[in-house]
Amino acid sequence: MYSFSYQRASGLTQALAALKADPQARLLAGGMTLLPSMKHRLAAPSTLVDIGRLAELRGIARDREALSVGAGTRHGEIAADATVRASLPALAYLASRIGDPQVRARGTLGGSIANNDPAADYPAAVLGCRAVVVTDRRGIPADEFFQGMFSTALEPDEIITAVRFGCPRRAAYAKFPHPASGYAMTGVFVAEFDDEIRVAVTGAGPGVFRWQAAETALARDLSAAAVGSLSLSPEGLNADLHAPAEYRAHLVTLMTQRAVAALTSASA
Amino acid sequence: MKIELVVNGQPRSADCEERTLLADLLRDSFGLTGTHVGCDTSQCGCCTVHVDGQAVKSCTMLAAQADGCSVVTIEGLAQGERLHPVQEAFSACHGLQCGFCTPGMIMASVDLLRRHPSPSDEQILEGLAGNLCRCTGYVNIVEAVRTAAGRLAAAEGGSK
Repeated sequence: MYSFSYQRASGLTQALAALKADPQARLLAGGMTLLPSMKHRLAAPSTLVDIGRLAELRGIARDREALSVGAGTRHGEIAADATVRASLPALAYLASRIGDPQVRARGTLGGSIANNDPAADYPAAVLGCRAVVVTDRRGIPADEFFQGMFSTALEPDEIITAVRFGCPRRAAYAKFPHPASGYAMTGVFVAEFDDEIRVAVTGAGPGVFRWQAAETALARDLSAAAVGSLSLSPEGLNADLHAPAEYRAHLVTLMTQRAVAALTSASA
Repeated sequence: MKIELVVNGQPRSADCEERTLLADLLRDSFGLTGTHVGCDTSQCGCCTVHVDGQAVKSCTMLAAQADGCSVVTIEGLAQGERLHPVQEAFSACHGLQCGFCTPGMIMASVDLLRRHPSPSDEQILEGLAGNLCRCTGYVNIVEAVRTAAGRLAAAEGGSK
């Protein structure tokens, strides 16, 4: 990778100042995507501002409205955390399926959603749980946060501090992982709230999206059978050497059914 | 930049570039060549070491990120001439052929046995999901981890 300068931020304020001072600077959290991108010379930041150890970005807490997870929380911590497992077990399960143990020991929630890889897992949970992405300056609803492939509503010098997940009555995530990379060829997060059902799809399209037809069908009848006859148009879905768009469209129906089956068979 | 860290229990320091990877620091600055670099793309796990008690892929971590941390490499497992129980089990069960992936496999196995002291086969496979072996077909590696779990449990029982 190209050379760069490195600074470990002592706090959020200093990290923000460093981003403001240099538009070519990038934040480094776990580095599980950024460092490989830099090795491939797909990214060449002038400075890495390391926020990986900031205590301000850690912590998991449940209040009446939401489960709040610090942006710097590692996937492995989310997978194992007792509060997450009690409040939103589908999120713990999702985190436990990301990458491999070594990657889960380093990668962070905030890093993943800031990058918004179309095949990342977390965006499905963030969108499915109508979460609010909390930054140093505002809260961004999930429906506005994700803006297509590797794009988000974040300003260049804005830092995610936490994600506040709405807590559905029940939720489940089903993923068809790429057999080598583990990335979601298609992943579907289904969440049942008192007033709506949400179906969030990752991996299949250029960015995470809600499948409204399935949401409507499941609101009438929350069963795997209710979506069995639905099919998503392959138009606009991802097509690559691993799977054509038609195959991914098929996986969307299948993973939605699996998520609904998991959700309705689980007690919570 | 100057890096100070503890490697296998010994305080170490080195001058390196900001872009130096932890794997390269260990191999090139400290001569700890047991940490292998197989793919350099975080797939193969040959470079697995422990940083502050957790298995990580040292090819995808900057040396700078490990500043102030405690790192354990494959060279730090044995106690003098006595191999670590996981090393013994890999040897006893023929859990290696060419041996290139073995340091990473063993470091990942030690980590997984810490999290799951009596792992199911599924937990073993999941625990080693970040490590590739192109020789063995994994059967004897899984057997080695199973055997190591038993030996560690027996040692634990014996020390009580």
